[in-house]
Amino acid sequence: MDLTSGFEELFEDAPCGFLVTDADGAIRRANRTFLTMTGHRAEDLVGRARVQDLLPVGDRIFYETHFAPLLALQSSAREIAVDFRRAAGDRLPVLLNAVMKGDPGGPREIWICVFAATDRRSYEQELLLARQRAEHSEKEARELAGILQASFIPPGLPHVDGLDLAGVYRPAGLGDEVGGDFYDMYETRDGWALVIGDVSGKGAEAAVVTSLARYTLRAAPAREPTPSAILASLHHAVVRERTDRFVTVAYAQVSLAPGGGCLLTLSLGGHPQPVHLTGGGASRVGRPGSLLGMLRRLNLSDVTVEVRPGESVVFFTDGVIEARRDSDLFGEDRLERVLLETRDESASDIAGRLLQEVSAYQSGVLSDDVAIVVLKVPNEATAVEGAGS
Amino acid sequence: MSVLVRNHVKVSGRPDGRPLVFAHGFGCDQNMWRLVAPAFEDTYKVVLFDYVGAGRSDLSAYDPQRYSSLHGYAQDVLDICHELDLTDVSFVGHSVSSLVGVLAANAEPDRFADLVLVGPSPRYIDDDGYVGGFSAQDIEELLESLDSNYLGWSSQMAPVIMGNPERPELGEELANSFCRTDPDIARRFARVTFMSDNRADLDKCRTRALVLQCANDVIAPEAVGRYVHAALPGSELVLMRATGHCPNLSAPEETIAAIKAFL
Repeated sequence: MDLTSGFEELFEDAPCGFLVTDADGAIRRANRTFLTMTGHRAEDLVGRARVQDLLPVGDRIFYETHFAPLLALQSSAREIAVDFRRAAGDRLPVLLNAVMKGDPGGPREIWICVFAATDRRSYEQELLLARQRAEHSEKEARELAGILQASFIPPGLPHVDGLDLAGVYRPAGLGDEVGGDFYDMYETRDGWALVIGDVSGKGAEAAVVTSLARYTLRAAPAREPTPSAILASLHHAVVRERTDRFVTVAYAQVSLAPGGGCLLTLSLGGHPQPVHLTGGGASRVGRPGSLLGMLRRLNLSDVTVEVRPGESVVFFTDGVIEARRDSDLFGEDRLERVLLETRDESASDIAGRLLQEVSAYQSGVLSDDVAIVVLKVPNEATAVEGAGS
Repeated sequence: MSVLVRNHVKVSGRPDGRPLVFAHGFGCDQNMWRLVAPAFEDTYKVVLFDYVGAGRSDLSAYDPQRYSSLHGYAQDVLDICHELDLTDVSFVGHSVSSLVGVLAANAEPDRFADLVLVGPSPRYIDDDGYVGGFSAQDIEELLESLDSNYLGWSSQMAPVIMGNPERPELGEELANSFCRTDPDIARRFARVTFMSDNRADLDKCRTRALVLQCANDVIAPEAVGRYVHAALPGSELVLMRATGHCPNLSAPEETIAAIKAFL
């Protein structure tokens, strides 16, 4: 094959379009493949049109703001996706690879390879749409999780004379899944009920059980005489649900003592023991009992604790003590230390500080949901002050 | 995070020189000034930077609310001026940065001595009696074009682009990187750029200004350059021989000469 005419033929009939342009995009040469692809005639392009002129407006802006600067900055640009307007008026999706030839200051020209990419681009469009749909669904799921979660955590605890109450909740990770932690406080026949609990697992199924736990616990005090009997009825409700989930709950029946302070009758269904903060230190209260909804045999008991003025009881879910940093856990010792440091603060300061410590321990991203409820009996002085104002 | 890191600020030239701040437009980063800025280093303190969301800026500092209008970008310019304690500033803005410069100068007129507006447009979309050159539909097309061209971006790209300024072995990986960023940010910046209408801000500008207008600029046509010149009291207009929208790359000598003559 004659080398010169061979190369000429290669240029004209290569399996991709070739364009040679001035540095500003004015077309000097277009090969036969390009003309066939686009339906344009050489005499309409050469010396008459710039590459930009063959692009729809959106791509023209892209050309000026991305393609041309890239060529100037690095003398090449790769895989630029644009459409060429064909002579017939329709569009041809293409990919462009281009190099800038010549030295800065001297005459320069741009060599552009044009690859038809109709199928690939429509596939990319589908992928793009699929991704947008996925992102949209993810956003919806996150919103739904947030709304559902909010229904498990009361917007505020009720105001009870003689008590200082505070609750805080923070979801695990980015908060895009419904966690199983909940707490609640409501009036019952015998005073007030304070509950905090945790359903195993996350997501929709856990949310169903959390919901079941919340309304069962609200309804049970009307029939059942003691906290342990209330937890037992929740246990049976969860078992009847035939779910793999189980629940831990700390249930406290709160009765205000006439002379200040209160009595807590406490039953624990597989839940971590709350911490009783007194002038003498911190102690764990309640007798550990069985997980609810798991085994057939139940072992639950009621323990009564007196909470005097100046003292508090801190309820929490396992996300506090099992907060992880590498292979270390936040642990009981750290929990007690933080609580002892803050025991003279208000309920909301105690709860807030504990959450902050747990969060800081995990560099701000929680490995598990955390719920904390603090019940404090204010000092008599404060209580009197409060009553007088 | 320091503003200097956030905006990948580069200071060169004479430490005691008058400050000359170069601002890039939509699409690429401070490299847009690579052929122009060095010519001013013997006289000026030359300041280059990337807007948050562009180039090697800290993408995590991108706040969609703040950057939902050009005022957020003007605040980047002001933050840098405050951080470096720049006064008597000459500001050179390319494309959309021209208007960012106008907004910054309007906010703190005492801080700015001159504005050089390279290919400015106060509004890209045609309006009653005003020709910006584009329709709203065109801008939607641009957003589609961006989507197609940012397909290869993945979150893994960010650290590569950010953390390894000049590592040649990453050259393959970094193809097109001067003009690349998080596609979501690029879309938002495109929207802010091309949907903005800052015509009223031109009237408020009292800073001395030069308008550099290229021939055959499809982004900012000559009529728009003339509009800006007419709206800015006492401004100068230079019609350049350079064609296209980026004379800072295609005709650096002519650009340098025009800026020097004005300053």
